[in-house]
This record gives sequence, C-alpha cells and structure tokens, in this order.
Amino acid sequence: MIYLDFEKDIKELDAKIKEIQDEKKPDSKKIKKLSDKRDEELSKLYSNLSSWNRVQVARHPERPHAIDYINGMIDGFIELSGDRMFADDNAIIGGIGYLNSTPVMIIGQEKGHDTETRLKHNFGMSKPEGYRKAIRLMDLANKFKLPVIFLVDTAGAFPGADAEARGQAQAIASSIQKCFDLDVPSICVIIGEGGSGGAIAIAVANTVMMLENSVYSVISPEGCASILWRSQDHKEDATKALKMTSHDLLELGIIDNIIEEPVGGAQRDKEQTIANVKDAISTELKKLLKSPKQAKEKRIEKFTKMTRL
Amino acid sequence: MNWLNSVLRPKIKTMFSKIKDVPENMWLPCPKCGTLMYRKDLHNHLNVCTKCDYHLFLQVEDRFDSLFDNAKYTKVELNSVKEDPLNFKDLKKYKDRLSQYRNITKTQDAIEVAYGKVGGQETVIFAFNFEFMGGSMGTFVGEAIVKAAEIAVKRNAALVAIPASGGARMQESMLSLMQMARTTMAINKVRDAGLPYIVIFANPTMGGVSASFAMLGDIHIAEKGALIGFAGKRVIEQTIKQKLPPEFQTAEYLKEQGMVDIVVHRKDLKETLANVLTILMHNK
Repeated sequence: MIYLDFEKDIKELDAKIKEIQDEKKPDSKKIKKLSDKRDEELSKLYSNLSSWNRVQVARHPERPHAIDYINGMIDGFIELSGDRMFADDNAIIGGIGYLNSTPVMIIGQEKGHDTETRLKHNFGMSKPEGYRKAIRLMDLANKFKLPVIFLVDTAGAFPGADAEARGQAQAIASSIQKCFDLDVPSICVIIGEGGSGGAIAIAVANTVMMLENSVYSVISPEGCASILWRSQDHKEDATKALKMTSHDLLELGIIDNIIEEPVGGAQRDKEQTIANVKDAISTELKKLLKSPKQAKEKRIEKFTKMTRL
Repeated sequence: MNWLNSVLRPKIKTMFSKIKDVPENMWLPCPKCGTLMYRKDLHNHLNVCTKCDYHLFLQVEDRFDSLFDNAKYTKVELNSVKEDPLNFKDLKKYKDRLSQYRNITKTQDAIEVAYGKVGGQETVIFAFNFEFMGGSMGTFVGEAIVKAAEIAVKRNAALVAIPASGGARMQESMLSLMQMARTTMAINKVRDAGLPYIVIFANPTMGGVSASFAMLGDIHIAEKGALIGFAGKRVIEQTIKQKLPPEFQTAEYLKEQGMVDIVVHRKDLKETLANVLTILMHNK
C-alpha cells in the first residue's frame, strides 16, 4: 500500500495493526479496536479531502486502471489493435465484449502499473495513432451498432516531436468529431485523471460520469501554476481555482453523475470500485438503450446547451 | 493547455510591446529581422515585414477588409455568455484581466464574426483577435463559433475560420475545454449541410484550438511561417531532451507532414480563398 502524504495517521494505525497481527498470539480485540479507529479516521479524512488531495488520489498508482475495469466488467473481451495506418498505440486500448449480456465497444486510456507496463502504455499518454485507433473502433461500433464505453485516465496527450509530426492536433480533433458522429449511445467515465485535450478526445458522450476522486481539467495544476502564478509551488491554489473535482464539475453541469468510491479511495478496494463503475454504466446504458436512435441527436443537444447562459 | 508561456510567450511579449509602442514613434521593428518599418507602410503590406516576409498579427477588421469583396461585410452581434463563470483568480482576478484587455483592444473578447461575399460566394468568416488574451478560447469564443456555423448553414454560405490562438483559456478551465467539443460539433453542422469549411491558419494556432475545429477544415490554408501545433515547442524539448529545429511546427513543416494543403503569403490569401470557394461552391 502506498500512502499519500496526508494519510500519515492511517499509515501509523495500519502499521500498529500489522504489528499485532504478526504477534504469536494476536489480540483480536485490540485489532478490531484499532481497525475501527482506522476506518473512522479514513472516513473522516476522505469526507474532507481538499481539491489537491483529490488530484493526489486520482493519480494514485494503485488505483484501478482501464485494463482492471475491462477485466472486471467485460465478459469475453476481445482486444483490437492498431490504427491501420501507422502503429498500435497501447496508451489507448480497446475492444469488443459483453457488459452483462449487451455487446459493447470499450475504449480506455491505460497508464500501466509498473515500469514495464508503464513504458508499454507510455504512461497513458497517447500519440496520434492512439486516437486514430479510437476513431477506427468508433467506426466499427457505428457499423455494428455497439454502444461505446470510454474510460478516461491520462495526464494528457503525449507532447513529443513524433506525435506532433504525425498530427497530434488533427488526431484529437478527429476523435472529438467521431464522438459526435456516433449513431450509437456512448458513455464516458473519468476513472482517474482527465488531462485536457488528451482526455476530451474520447470524453464526448451521451453520459459523462466521474469517479468521486477523479479530476478533469483543461491543464494540470502544475502547468497552470507555473504559467499563472509563475511557480509550481502554487499548484494547490491552481487546483482550487481550476475547479477540477467531480463535485465542482457536477455543479458546473459539465458531467452528469458522480460514481462513489469506497472509503479511503479506489486504491483501497479495487473490486468494489470496479463494481460501482459497472453498476453505474449498466444503469445508464439501460436508459440510453431505450431510445438508441436518438443518441446522436441527444448528444448534440446536450453539448449545444452546455456552458450557455 | 495554453502553451503560450512555453515557446511563444517571449515572442508574444515583444509583439505586444512593439505594437503598443507604435503610436508614439510610428516606426515598428520587425519581431523577426528587426528592420524598422514605417507603420503606414507595414499596414499597406497587410502587416507583413517588407524585408523578411514575417507575418505580424493582422487586426481582425483589416482581415475582414482584405478578404471580403470590396471590403463589404456585415458584422454579427455575438451572444453574451456568463462572465468569469468560475470566479477565477490567480495573481490577478480574471474579471480584471478581461476589463484590461477590453480597454486595450476595444473589443469584447478574442473573436469577431462577419458575413459577406468572397470571390462572389456567400461566406461567413470568424477571426481570432490574438491581442485579446493570446486569442485564447473560452465560452465567448466557443459560442461565437457555434453562431458563425449556424449562420453559414442558414445563409447557405461557406464558413471560413481564421484562428490565431495559444489554445484554451485557462481562466475558464473546464468550460473552455468544453468549447473544443462545442466548436467541433458546430462545424459538423456545416459539413452535414454540404457547405465548405476552410481554415486559414494564422500565427499561432496551438493547443485546444488546433486540436478541435481548426484541424477539421475541408481545405487548410496557412499563412507563411505561422506556428501550428498541439504542444508548445519548449514542452516538447523538455520531454525529448533535444533541441528542435527552427522550422518545427511552422506552416511549411505542417505542409510537408501532410497537415496543410496550401501555404500562402498574406498578399495572395484573398485570391487563393476566392478561387477555392468558387470551385467548391460551384453548385450552390
């Protein structure tokens, strides 16, 4: 378990519990008492997170990632690869399978969980070929009438010379365009970080939801602080000003729904988190599948009204 | 996403200060080669350096004058939006920044929309004012583009975009990010109506602006030397730990990479646009 800097007390309690558990004759009463105390502290702590704390939780390396959700939610998943033009970008993964018994297309940004997988998935930062893969899969979904599920988790699109050379801007723009062109219902869940243009490329959907401790922003707090405050030391001020938490964005009408996380954040109970996300997606999909033919029109209507007076 | 600070900011700063200095000394040094030009001469050359062809920012009014036939056009009154929706404050209040820029530029925000004829073809043009907060795209700009697209469809006209922008407006955070979606949606309506949508890339077109409506034209025309890209040059250099060549992200480079159809000198822009529209609008 990796503890965040604001979880010191929890870390200490956990260590104490572990100590007792490791004794020859563990005192179960003591363990119970300490565990209850820890749970209470955790609940208090997490019901009162600052915006910056949420950024930390959203980036927690032990949070479930796109592949975890796909494995946990989708039956008979078949991964599809490549943009048919240049390469297979593993920062975006996707494929077909069943959600409950409904055939779906699922497309997600994957950060990786250790050095090897992080490199494989380029830390979840897509290059143009990643967005073009997403576009290709959306075309497939359109052709075969598969509802599309997007999972967003990226610090941003990859800022590299090769990505620019192959048209990063054009790839993102075309992906947004394709999201609007989907004739089938679409659902997007921000599961961790929603980093700017790299995120919105696959975040235009009929229903957009955020996990409680995920964040979604036009720029990273560090980037914003260094531009507007001229110093990254102000990242906490920037986080607050950017209003990037799920609660902020629900209030601003940018997202439709918040999906609750287990006490202490998604990293403390992956299974429960994935179950919550599956439940939320299933509920929304059921609603959308009542009138699938109106999905495109409804999506356009929603974004037309958004941010208007 | 506003990458201005990384690569462009030093350049922008010189552009700003030079432009503001003009009324006093009437002479303007080219930001690229430093040649001193008489302001009137520069204006007569559509703000292109007479020596090195560097394309300086051209005021939106001058854009409209130079592109619409006989400089005749109707300006569109733009919808109001919620001002400072987030009550944003960094070292300065966003509200104060807005009024400061309104005082300097005498405009409401970073965009203007007008319609008229170009080469005899019904055309709606929306052009960015780079001098207003780096032409950044917030709710007002997004709403203006939605309106421009609606007018194009209503008038059965071509839509022409002239971006000059560092990207999304940070001070409106997610509301500005949503304009990437809304503007893309708007130009889809023009596409679905079978009308031409032409993008004229002016210097610079970066970040959330290039990664939305600006990269989705039927035809992409770029002004010579215009910087066009997603991430700022300095950010990329930090990522790859290498210096990038000076031509990186220029209009000419983008043409080589297959992202731009035509690179033009500003003096030829009107003719090029008129010719393109005449062919694409042949059956309208």
